[in-house]
Amino acid sequence: MEKNYLNWKKGLLSWLLTRDHKRIGLLYMITVFSFFFVGGVFALLLRLELFKVGETIMNSAFYNQIMTYHGAVMIFMVIIPGIPAFLGNFVLPLQIGAKDVAFPKINLLSWYCLIVGAGVTLLSLFLGGVDTGWTFYTPYSIETNTAVIPVVLGVFIMGFSSILTGLNFIVTIHRLRCPGMTFFRMPLFVWSLYSTAIIQVLATPVLAITLLLLVGERILDIGIFNSEKGGDPILFQHFFWFYSHPAVYIMILPAMGVISELISAFSRQKIFGYKAVVFASLGIAGVSFFVWGHHMFVSGQSEWAGIVFSFLTMLVGVPTAVKIFNWVATLFKGSLKFDTPFLYALGFLFLFLIGGVTGIMLAVLPFDVHVHDTYFVVAHFHYVMVGGTIMGIMGGFYYWFPKMFGRLYNELLGQVSFVFIFIGFNVTFFPQFILGMSGMPRRYADYISPYEPLNQVSTVGSWLIASGFVVAFFALIWAMFKGKKSSANPWGAKTLEWQTSSPPPHENFLKRPVVSKDAYE
Amino acid sequence: MSENKNLAHHFDSYEQQVRAEKLGMWLFLATEILMFGGLFVAYVIYSGEYPAIFKAGAQFLDWKKGAINTVVLLVSSWTMAMSIYYAQKDQIRKCKIMLISTLSCGFLFMVIKYIEYSHKFHEGIFPGGFFSYSGEGFVEGLPLYFSFYYLMTGLHASHVLIGMSLIAWALVRTYKKQIGSHHYMPLEYVGLFWHLVDLIWIYLFPLLYLVE
Repeated sequence: MEKNYLNWKKGLLSWLLTRDHKRIGLLYMITVFSFFFVGGVFALLLRLELFKVGETIMNSAFYNQIMTYHGAVMIFMVIIPGIPAFLGNFVLPLQIGAKDVAFPKINLLSWYCLIVGAGVTLLSLFLGGVDTGWTFYTPYSIETNTAVIPVVLGVFIMGFSSILTGLNFIVTIHRLRCPGMTFFRMPLFVWSLYSTAIIQVLATPVLAITLLLLVGERILDIGIFNSEKGGDPILFQHFFWFYSHPAVYIMILPAMGVISELISAFSRQKIFGYKAVVFASLGIAGVSFFVWGHHMFVSGQSEWAGIVFSFLTMLVGVPTAVKIFNWVATLFKGSLKFDTPFLYALGFLFLFLIGGVTGIMLAVLPFDVHVHDTYFVVAHFHYVMVGGTIMGIMGGFYYWFPKMFGRLYNELLGQVSFVFIFIGFNVTFFPQFILGMSGMPRRYADYISPYEPLNQVSTVGSWLIASGFVVAFFALIWAMFKGKKSSANPWGAKTLEWQTSSPPPHENFLKRPVVSKDAYE
Repeated sequence: MSENKNLAHHFDSYEQQVRAEKLGMWLFLATEILMFGGLFVAYVIYSGEYPAIFKAGAQFLDWKKGAINTVVLLVSSWTMAMSIYYAQKDQIRKCKIMLISTLSCGFLFMVIKYIEYSHKFHEGIFPGGFFSYSGEGFVEGLPLYFSFYYLMTGLHASHVLIGMSLIAWALVRTYKKQIGSHHYMPLEYVGLFWHLVDLIWIYLFPLLYLVE
């Protein structure tokens, strides 16, 4: 049998101690999808509780915990590592013609940081759980007698994973491009990972110190976030969102990169306005550091700060719209092929547009004051996070699946599961816009009876999403082992990773690639 | 040098590897600065809000000990730099002496820090909620100042300890003859980290000890 990265060494240890970026990518794949399952089960339980007015399957204290874990697991263990660490690890070195990332051992270490951090976080489930919400706002996170410390320390450790991955990618992109691969010949996915990595490296350390200070509050009662001691709880929110808003772009930028690849490959067109998309990615990364205050419009920051943050937030719409227009322009007169990855790309365009436009609405101060902390906000960020990032992960996974495993997935099952997920997603979250507009507050375990019908629609939608993922899961597992053999380039795509065999050999390319043309020519 | 055993398999040349490692190291230093940056920002906010507390707090610190520690770290940065110089010249014995001096300076710094801390603990000056001092010079809100003092110097001291472990590791490699003009990069990276630790202290010293 032909030697490739999957079979060149055997045994569990050869995986757990691997320094091959492709194998580490697959380790992340298993991790991320496992946590996606855990976070998804929490989500289904939440929706089930909200199916009817009154207590349905859990009391409100338990609901608060499940809500916290749903958020923390999905954000820190699924969406943040999802595209960069899983798809990025696998694809980035291939796309720039490198043998590996710059620091393979650190790459493995960052996976262990994620595992240990996630383990410590989930350990808290057995120490009484935590009920602060994933944002750990003070003063409640100081006062609650639930297990805040392990969760916060776990997130701290997972932060290292994110920093190390980002650092690795920046150095890899700067130093390991193959001959002829100039910066402006790099595929757009690489550019999006680069922009993401900048945020990972610069923002995550601020989260680290914030979380350390929170641990200090709980153990030593240091008082920096405690107004009784002269401190300021709002400072926690500033610190937290200084990381966590850029982190939103850690979540969405790589998904945009995936979409660029998919749109180009399945319309058989060069990306329209390549450089504009590049600078849009960098622009989003840059602006992302100056918009955190829009989480705090009603938290007591000054009106002037509110107005400035409102304006800066709307600015994000500009580079984002540039990307959307360029993608649509790329599709124009292309010969489209409606394979599963492309369906996800179209799903992204549709859902992310709704998520993005409602984001601009929320940036408008008076409107935000009106719907702040309602389901309108919940619907908005699910349209961005799920409609954007999860569509990106799934689309990218189907797209690179033949490269990863050398096998083809079942097209019909792929499309069926997409339809379930796409329709289910809209059924779940569109009603939440209406609920939010009519005033239903978020985070509560219960609601008043006028909100019941739409909540029931939303819960039914969550079952549709779950069914879609179950179909996708079994179809993909089956395809991994029994799928039809894939050629090196089943999509006829132009980027470098399709030039090597599927699956690629241990060091990616048998002959060092030399590039003499643009990414999508 | 083409058959350098220090060259990892995925690089084309030793030079490419060094350029990658240097960039990685500088990015790592940037993350450190941003992490300490959070504390410095909080310090600026609160010292602006409560100048009297921060002034009163600084009176409790012995600026002479702080100054000695500043000198100790500055000297250690010089010996660190010299160790790299001697490694480049293949004067390994001098290189080792310089590394051992750096390590001793780090140790001396920690001893002085220990004396300062234990003196404070003895008087009941603990961080935050454990603060129990109420004698001369006490002002309302003083615990907040000492929260900053212990957090900033504590986080810095933990970096001194990490730096010392790295220097010890580099020293072992020097004894094993793995460091020399053919391969002195590990010393460079340890040195960069050590200079950062030094630099942070140079900001901490006036902010905490010399407030007027």
